[in-house]
Amino acid sequence: MTLTLVGLSHHVAPVELRERVTLRLDAAAELARSLGDAVCLSTCNRTEVYATGLDEHAALAALERLAGESLDGVVYRLQEDAAALHLFRVAAGLDSLVPGEGEILGQVRAAYESVEPGPVLDRVFRQALGVGKRVRTETAIGESPASVSSAAAALAAQVFGDLAGRRVMLVGAGRIGELAAANLASRGAEIAFVANRTVETARELAHRFGGEALTLDGIATRLGEVDVVVASTSASGSVVHAADVPAKRRAPLFFIDIAVPRDLDPAIGRLDGCFLYDIDDLEAVVAETLAGRRAEAERAEQFVAEEAERYRAWRASLDVVPAIASLRARAEEIRSAELAKVNGRVSDDERRTLESVTAQILNKLLHLPTVRMKEAAVGSEGAVYADAVRHLFGLEEEAGA
Amino acid sequence: MVEALFWPALLGYGEAALAYASARTSRAATWGVRMGWLAQTALLVAQAARADGFPWSTWAGSLNLFVWLVVGAYLIWGCRPRFRLLGLAVMPLAAALFVVARIGGGTGAGKSSSYGNVFLAVHVGFVLAAFAGFTLAAALAGFYLWEERRLKRRAADILRLRLPPLASLERLTWRTILVSLPLLTLGLVAGIVRQKERGGAIDALEAVTMLTWLVYGVFLALRPTGRRAAYLALGGFALVIVARLALAGSHFG
Repeated sequence: MTLTLVGLSHHVAPVELRERVTLRLDAAAELARSLGDAVCLSTCNRTEVYATGLDEHAALAALERLAGESLDGVVYRLQEDAAALHLFRVAAGLDSLVPGEGEILGQVRAAYESVEPGPVLDRVFRQALGVGKRVRTETAIGESPASVSSAAAALAAQVFGDLAGRRVMLVGAGRIGELAAANLASRGAEIAFVANRTVETARELAHRFGGEALTLDGIATRLGEVDVVVASTSASGSVVHAADVPAKRRAPLFFIDIAVPRDLDPAIGRLDGCFLYDIDDLEAVVAETLAGRRAEAERAEQFVAEEAERYRAWRASLDVVPAIASLRARAEEIRSAELAKVNGRVSDDERRTLESVTAQILNKLLHLPTVRMKEAAVGSEGAVYADAVRHLFGLEEEAGA
Repeated sequence: MVEALFWPALLGYGEAALAYASARTSRAATWGVRMGWLAQTALLVAQAARADGFPWSTWAGSLNLFVWLVVGAYLIWGCRPRFRLLGLAVMPLAAALFVVARIGGGTGAGKSSSYGNVFLAVHVGFVLAAFAGFTLAAALAGFYLWEERRLKRRAADILRLRLPPLASLERLTWRTILVSLPLLTLGLVAGIVRQKERGGAIDALEAVTMLTWLVYGVFLALRPTGRRAAYLALGGFALVIVARLALAGSHFG
C-alpha cells in the first residue's frame, strides 16, 4: 500500500504542456478511477496523481497519453512521506505560484471528494485539508493581495471599508483595468461608468458590468457621482486633470492609475480627500505584501512539517498493527480454549468470574508490549519488533497453517 | 487585601499592552484586556463595598474609575483583531494611568467621602464615562489622521501594517462622541444643580468641562468629515486632558 505521487507543475512544466494535461474535475476523477485507488488533482498549475498500490509507470503513461509526448525530465515521482509532505505543502498553498493562494485548498477538497479513496489516501487527504485550513486560519499568509488588480481593490477597501454600494468609473477598456474592476465588483462595488475613446468598446464592457458607457469627454461631468476611478487607457497624456475633480465632496475619492504613460494628473493626489495610486505604487504595495506572505510561509512550513511527522508516525504504526492484531487473536484463542476445558465443571457465576479475570490478565499482559510496539513503529523499528513478536509467539506458523 | 486586586488587573493590562505589539499575540492581548478589566471591576466592587460613601471622590480614585471606563469603552468598541493598533495605543495608556491612580492612593479600600452617593454616581460617573468615550474617540481620530497620511503618501506597507479603513475610523469616532456627549450633559447638569443648592462660583475645571461640551456639541451639530472631524475630536480631547490632569486637583476635595 505504498503512497505514490506522479505529477507535473508550474515549477517544471511550461504552460503549453500543462494545458494539455489539465483535466476538468469529472475527467480527473475518471482518470483516477481507471488507475485503481487514486486521486487526481488537476489545476491550471499542476496535474498530479496520488495513488496506492500502483505501479508509477501506469500513472506516468496516463499523463503521457494526455500530453501526447514523453514527460521524462518534466514529471516528478515521489513516494510515501515525501509524497505526503508534497501534498500538505500543495494544500497549504506553499507550492503555489503565489504563496498562500487560497483556491488550491478547494481544488484539493474537490479532487478528494470526487472519488472514494482507500484508507491511506483518505487519511493523507484529510490531513492535507486539515493543515491547509490551519495555515489559512492561523497565519496571515492569504490575507494580503498578490496582484496589482487585487491590491487596487484592497486599497479602495482600506479607504471605504465595505465596498458594497460604492460606485466605480472605469476609464479605458484595457485588460488590467477590467481585472481591477472585476476585483472591485467582487467586493460589492458597482461599476457605474465605463469611459473609453471608442464608445462602442466602452459600451461592450459597460454592458458586461451593468454600467453606463461614456466618451472620455464625459468623465469630468460624472466624477462627482463616483467613489473610485480606475484608469488604464493607452493615451499619451493625462485623461483626468485635477481641475476636473469636484471641489465640494463629503466622501473621499480614490484614484487608481494603472496606465503607462499615466492617465491621471499627479496633482489629483494632493487634493484634499483624494487618494491617488499609480502602477509603481501598486507594485510596491504588492511587493511588500508578498514579502509578508513569505514571512508567514515560514510559519506555515512548520505546520506542514508537524503534519508530515504525524503522517509518518501513522504510517509506521501500520507496520505493527497486523502483528498486534495477530498476537491478541492468538492470546484470545488460548484463553477461550482453556475456558472451554472447565465448562460444565463450574457454575455460571464462577464461569463469568473466570472469564472476567482471564480477560483482565490478558489485557494487562498485552498492554505494555502493544505500547512498546507502537513506540518502536514511530521510531522506525516497527518492522523489527513485529517480526520478533511473530517469531516468539509463533504467529507466522499459524498464519502459514 | 482589596488592594491586591490591583496586581492582576495591572498584569492583564500590561500583558495586553505588550502583546498588541505583534499580530500573532493579539488574541492573547484581547484576553489580557478582558481579564484585567474583570480584575479591575472586582477591585471597584470591593472598594465600593468597603467604602463609607463614594469611594472614588479623590483625583486618584476618579482616575482609577476613569481607567476602568476607558478600557470598558475599548472592550465595547474596538477590542477586535483588526483594531490591534488601537489597543496598542489605548492599553499602555490605561496601564500607565492605572499605576498613577495607585501611587495617588486611588486603588485602596476604606475611603470615606462627604459627598452623597447618588450625586457622585450621577455627576462623577457620567462625566468620567463621557471623558472615557472622548479618550477613545481621540485615539480613533489620531489613527484616522495617521492612516490618511499613509494613504496620501502611498506607504508601501499600508496593507501589511493594517489599520481599520478610514470610513470605519470616522464612523466609530462619530458614534463614540454621539454616545459620550449626552453622558457629559447629564453629568454637568447634576453638577450644576448641586452647585446651585450649595452656592459658590464656577471653578476652572467646570469652565473647561463646559468648553469641552461646547466643542463636542459643535462636532455633532456640524458633523464634519475627514481630517476636519479628526482635528475637532482631538481638539476636544486636549480640553479633556486639561480637565483630567491639570485641573482635577482643584475640583476634588
